[in-house]
Amino acid sequence: MKWDWSAVSDFLPHFWDGLLVTLQALALGSVISFALGLVWALLMRLPTRWVRWPVGVVTEFVRNTPLLVQLFFLFYVLPEWGLTFSALTTGVFAIGLHYSTYTMQVYRAGIEAVPVGQWEAATALNLPWRRTWTAVILPQAIRRVVPALGNYVISMLKDTPMLMAITVLEMLGQARLYSQQHFQFTEPLTVIGVAFILVSYLASLLLRALERRLVR
Amino acid sequence: MSVDAAKNPERPTTGTTTAELVRLERVTKRFGDQTVLDGLDFSVSAGKHVTLIGPSGSGKTTILRLLMTLTKPDEGTITVDGDQLFPASDKQVREIRKKIGMVFQHFNLFPNMTVLRNITEAPVTVLGMSRDEADARARELLDLVGLADKCDSRPSQLSGGQQQRVAIARALAMRPQVLLLDEVTSALDPELVAGVLDVLRDIARSTDITLLCVTHEMGFARDISDQVLMFDSGRVVESGPPERIFGEPREERTREFLSAVL
Repeated sequence: MKWDWSAVSDFLPHFWDGLLVTLQALALGSVISFALGLVWALLMRLPTRWVRWPVGVVTEFVRNTPLLVQLFFLFYVLPEWGLTFSALTTGVFAIGLHYSTYTMQVYRAGIEAVPVGQWEAATALNLPWRRTWTAVILPQAIRRVVPALGNYVISMLKDTPMLMAITVLEMLGQARLYSQQHFQFTEPLTVIGVAFILVSYLASLLLRALERRLVR
Repeated sequence: MSVDAAKNPERPTTGTTTAELVRLERVTKRFGDQTVLDGLDFSVSAGKHVTLIGPSGSGKTTILRLLMTLTKPDEGTITVDGDQLFPASDKQVREIRKKIGMVFQHFNLFPNMTVLRNITEAPVTVLGMSRDEADARARELLDLVGLADKCDSRPSQLSGGQQQRVAIARALAMRPQVLLLDEVTSALDPELVAGVLDVLRDIARSTDITLLCVTHEMGFARDISDQVLMFDSGRVVESGPPERIFGEPREERTREFLSAVL
């Protein structure tokens, strides 16, 4: 096996395009999964089971079916119902939705870990329930779960190559395209492998910094 | 604090209705098959300082929790300043709760807020006080509890005794008519107890707030109380002015309890 630096430099412009797409998918997927997961977790705390039951069924279903199947479903089946989105939009949404069913459990654990005395103090002070959630419970719950949410960001990063299956040219997609056109596999795959390590390392540094800011 | 404390009617339920701030009638509370309160009749007149003593599990804390709507009775009625709790609409409950403050055994300060914010949060969001006014009032209260320099600290940076004094200031900031004190020194290191009790003595002496305390500090109970109620197994064993309960208890159960704790 020989290493060809010119293949690396030839691949780089494609690599940057792919990296941008990967980062977009990761950032937007994270935002969606964090927000939607919180919504699920809060809905699951409502007193009416007419909300809890459907939310429970849907999230259980999404959590226990493969992301790849969901990607295909959203990309190929939804258009038959007249709903057409770009491949990247579909991919970002699928990742966000899929991971929201995991982050909801993280939030749930975080909310349950807030001592009951905090709820009682909020009641004794007559705080409205909205204020109890936004000023007392969630700040404490979210602070506790940042490390666990961070782990899912890394998982999401490692799942972004699945977007290739619905024609999104993220890093692996670009590498495969280049490899097939030039019959050079080693260089592009090595470049993106290193890039995955660097991105996940940077992401974990960012999350660690966020954690330090939040946990005082 | 009223001067004729010792002339309190011995059975609180026979007091006049007009001055009654808190009233429980035939209140029963069960946890599973354990009856914590058993048809309890009990009332507190405005401005009085009433202390509940008795062994653990005798239902003292449950009374405070019922008044604060942290738990519901299985039977009986509870009224605060003439308004009935259970059943009551959310709106009515919120109005009634404005009259009641509570200090907890484990302080329950909000760890995500500064000391000042802990105290101003409810006055601003519940009473609609301006932030400046709430801040000024919080500083006064912190001064009262001897923690004027801790405004910007986090609860985690304070000792247990200091946290409890902040919690007292936080409860007072809502200007409640009655303050419920739930074993407020039980979780403290022994050397920190005196500081908290001194603050409470000060409040009992200098304000006309009604106090309802559950405590194991008999010296404190003797000092501040107009009336002491001895509880056992969800019932009032006997009640009366502190001099009599501590000096010449009539019931054997009270004597037993006091000799065990004093």
